Amino acid sequence: MANTSMVKNEMPAQEAEIRNKNFLEVALGYTKEQAIDEAKRCLQCKNKLCINGCPVQIDIPLFIQFVADGDFEAAYQVIARASSLPAVCGRVCPQEIQCEAKCVRGIKGEPVAIGRLERFVADYHITHGAEKQIKPISNDKKVAVIGSGPSGLACAGDLAKKGYSVTIFEALHLAGGVLVYGIPEFRLPKAIVQKEINSLKELGVDIQTNMVIGKTISIDELLNEYGYEAVFIGSGAGLPRFMNIKGENLKGVYSANEFLTRINLMKAYEESGATPIQKGSKVAVVGGGNVAMDAARCAKRLGSEVTIIYRRTEKELPARLEEIEHAKEEGIKFKFLTNPLEIVGDEKGWVKGISCQQMILGEADSSGRQKPIPIEGSNFSIEADCIIMSIGTSPNPLIKDTTEGLATQKWGGIIADERTGLTSRKAVYAGGDAVTGAATVILAMGAGKNAATAIDEYIMGSREG
Amino acid sequence: MFRIIKKKELNPTVTLMEVEAPLIAKKAQPGQFVILRTDEGGERIPLTIADYNREQGTVTIIYQIVGATTRILNSMSVGDCLQDFVGPLGRPTVTEGKKKVAVVGGGVGCAIAYPVVKKFHEQGTKVHAIIGFRSNELVILEEEFRSNSSKLVLMSDDGSCGEKGLVTDALKKLIESGEQYDEVITIGPLIMMKYVSMLTKQYGIKTVASMNPIMIDGTGMCGGCRLSVGGKTQFACVDGPEFNGHEIDFDEAIARSDMYKEFEQKKQDEACKLYQKEVS
Ligand SMILES: Cc1cc2nc3c(=O)[nH]c(=O)nc-3n(C[C@H](O)[C@H](O)[C@H](O)COP(=O)(O)OP(=O)(O)OC[C@H]3O[C@@H](n4cnc5c(N)ncnc54)[C@H](O)[C@@H]3O)c2cc1C
Ligand SMILES: Cc1cc2nc3c(=O)[nH]c(=O)nc-3n(C[C@H](O)[C@H](O)[C@H](O)COP(=O)(O)OP(=O)(O)OC[C@H]3O[C@@H](n4cnc5c(N)ncnc54)[C@H](O)[C@@H]3O)c2cc1C
Ligand code: SF4
Ligand code: SF4
Ligand code: FES
Repeated sequence: MANTSMVKNEMPAQEAEIRNKNFLEVALGYTKEQAIDEAKRCLQCKNKLCINGCPVQIDIPLFIQFVADGDFEAAYQVIARASSLPAVCGRVCPQEIQCEAKCVRGIKGEPVAIGRLERFVADYHITHGAEKQIKPISNDKKVAVIGSGPSGLACAGDLAKKGYSVTIFEALHLAGGVLVYGIPEFRLPKAIVQKEINSLKELGVDIQTNMVIGKTISIDELLNEYGYEAVFIGSGAGLPRFMNIKGENLKGVYSANEFLTRINLMKAYEESGATPIQKGSKVAVVGGGNVAMDAARCAKRLGSEVTIIYRRTEKELPARLEEIEHAKEEGIKFKFLTNPLEIVGDEKGWVKGISCQQMILGEADSSGRQKPIPIEGSNFSIEADCIIMSIGTSPNPLIKDTTEGLATQKWGGIIADERTGLTSRKAVYAGGDAVTGAATVILAMGAGKNAATAIDEYIMGSREG
Repeated sequence: MFRIIKKKELNPTVTLMEVEAPLIAKKAQPGQFVILRTDEGGERIPLTIADYNREQGTVTIIYQIVGATTRILNSMSVGDCLQDFVGPLGRPTVTEGKKKVAVVGGGVGCAIAYPVVKKFHEQGTKVHAIIGFRSNELVILEEEFRSNSSKLVLMSDDGSCGEKGLVTDALKKLIESGEQYDEVITIGPLIMMKYVSMLTKQYGIKTVASMNPIMIDGTGMCGGCRLSVGGKTQFACVDGPEFNGHEIDFDEAIARSDMYKEFEQKKQDEACKLYQKEVS
């Protein structure tokens, strides 16, 4: 029996006033019954528009059909053909602009909750089906993967399944990339990331942490001295941008990366944590993306009063819809059409406020977005003892600077073939944020998988490297 | 694993450790640093590579016990392993193209200054070392400096060793006496480097200061280590740690360095208690 409800099954979540004081996961996931009920909302359309909305082309109607039939493990196998990180993507994909945006049911009413179903299936597999991975027979060929974010993990996983000896080199002391140092526990439990990493290890992937490629070992050394036949660069876009306004180096001003790294990677939110964090009483977060939402919601959980400052309107916020809604429910305030001019400090060098300017939206620019323009004489200030700058990141120049002949864009992105990930250097591939600039988990994962295919073809001799 | 293979107390608050880290030893250059964690759950702290042995695959660090993490580090013994040890980070000191330099070190900063002095000396650059300490019992590496420089001036705040006075007094005296330096390199407390830079500015001598802001990742990812240099924001871990002393905003750096004072005090008290328990 089809389910004709116009709205999605709600996903159970912790109450806003409780969760904004802890770091436990906010959304709790569907029960079996809810999942089956939601799956029945799918019309099993002939032209499957939803699939076109998914960057890795998961066969969405097929997996949903299995969910409706109660065969969750079969559903998982469908997803796993296209995605290496379903438990992650089901949680963090911006579904509303991808698969769900294309869903036919969304024309009248809400689309099928594809993301929530994907999450349910992946979690079900982890708790019920998770058989140990079997280490494939080795083909004695070595590939090096730089960075352990979604692109690197996906590339390593696919290559390992084909029999390659893969080593992941990670600069930090923990593998996972943004999934461990950026996205907070309450949105993506670290145990889930750890499970993915453990299953890579079962496949025989060797993960070497504390290895800064370009410093500890160079790419040329990997290829020429260490015997790797190809290298995949998945080093992300971790270099934080600042606004270059006055007062940005005052005490109490963080980049979102620093704030989130202290909290997530270094566990500064735990009483026993060895790494310090400034717990402001009034925190201002500048920016409007996922990163800004995460920083704001972390600050809230540390007990602060939090305001997000964004220079356009709510409609333009680049963050995922769910994060914006959750942030609001948790009591985070928004100041839209507001642009920071200067950060003001006290005589001891601590931040005490931020002076801003009111904006209005003008004409659309080349990107099609309306450009915010300042209103003369509208200056005002916001009191804050901690400010988190969350206005974007770009690729870290470290690898570019230490790898001769690796071509990059002016803004730092590595130039790589869109389909294969091949860079200007023979046998060197790249993908994920290092190529595109800050983007999404699913795109990074997809790029890692594509590069794995290309690397395999190159090493096996059927493609130019 | 990063095994500690030697531990030697240089003075009551400064200890030298040699750590097994072959990949880092292979690449290390004077002026670079490592980031370490003593244990799972520990803090990441940067320490300069004081020396290295490429054949044996070891890296030497010299640290002053100032807070929780250095205290925990100091409770470890030969044979123990550090959880994490990553490097070599930062840009190496530029030692080429200089005929005569003065290296001015203060306190534990002398540990950082030593490999730089040694490198200059080995490559035939004339190097004058001016090292300062609060008092006699805090002096470190005096012999090493003496045998690797063409002149060593030892200063102490209280006159208990060497000459009484500040390193800036000694530097000024040398410059006034006609010594011509292509460059002055200064490594030590921020306040000392600030005054050294102010002094050399008067004489128009190029000066490089080795900065030690609070760091986390050491790879350019967090921006926590940022400084203003010539009005521009720079990340000490990747753009430095050495910068033009005449352009650094030292006052800002000094302010930033005490950002976590309260927290650090609390953690240090905890570490003290823990450490005492283990001893008794
Ligand atoms: C706070 C935050 C929230 C986000 N929320 C979402 C979301 O909700 N949904 C979504 O789809 N996307 C989100 N994103 C974006 C998403 O996380 C990234 O697009 C994705 O992680 C990129 O993957 P990657 O593999 O390219 O790189 P990363 O995940 O950045 O991983 C790169 C890894 O490489 C390592 N590395 C870098 N340089 C070196 C080197 N020289 N040697 C060795 N290792 C190196 C880094 O330490 C890091 O571990 C968010 C990002 C952030 C920061
Ligand atoms: C590039 C660089 C090289 C350094 N080399 C040496 C060295 O060779 N020998 C040495 O004794 N010290 C060195 N330091 C300083 C050393 O990192 C700190 O003394 C150490 O982190 C103190 O940690 P703690 O927990 O024991 O003390 P805390 O009580 O945490 O802090 C005491 C002091 O150390 C500073 N500090 C705290 N945490 C950090 C951090 N994560 N990064 C940097 N500074 C911090 C604080 O500003 C404070 O002034 C260096 C610092 C940098 C940035
Ligand atoms: S991976 Fe993302 S876009 Fe694709 S189906 Fe899943 S939630 Fe949708
Ligand atoms: S478009 Fe929507 S309803 Fe149609 S098959 Fe895809 S998920 Fe089902
Ligand atoms: S320590 Fe994080 S950017 Fe320098």
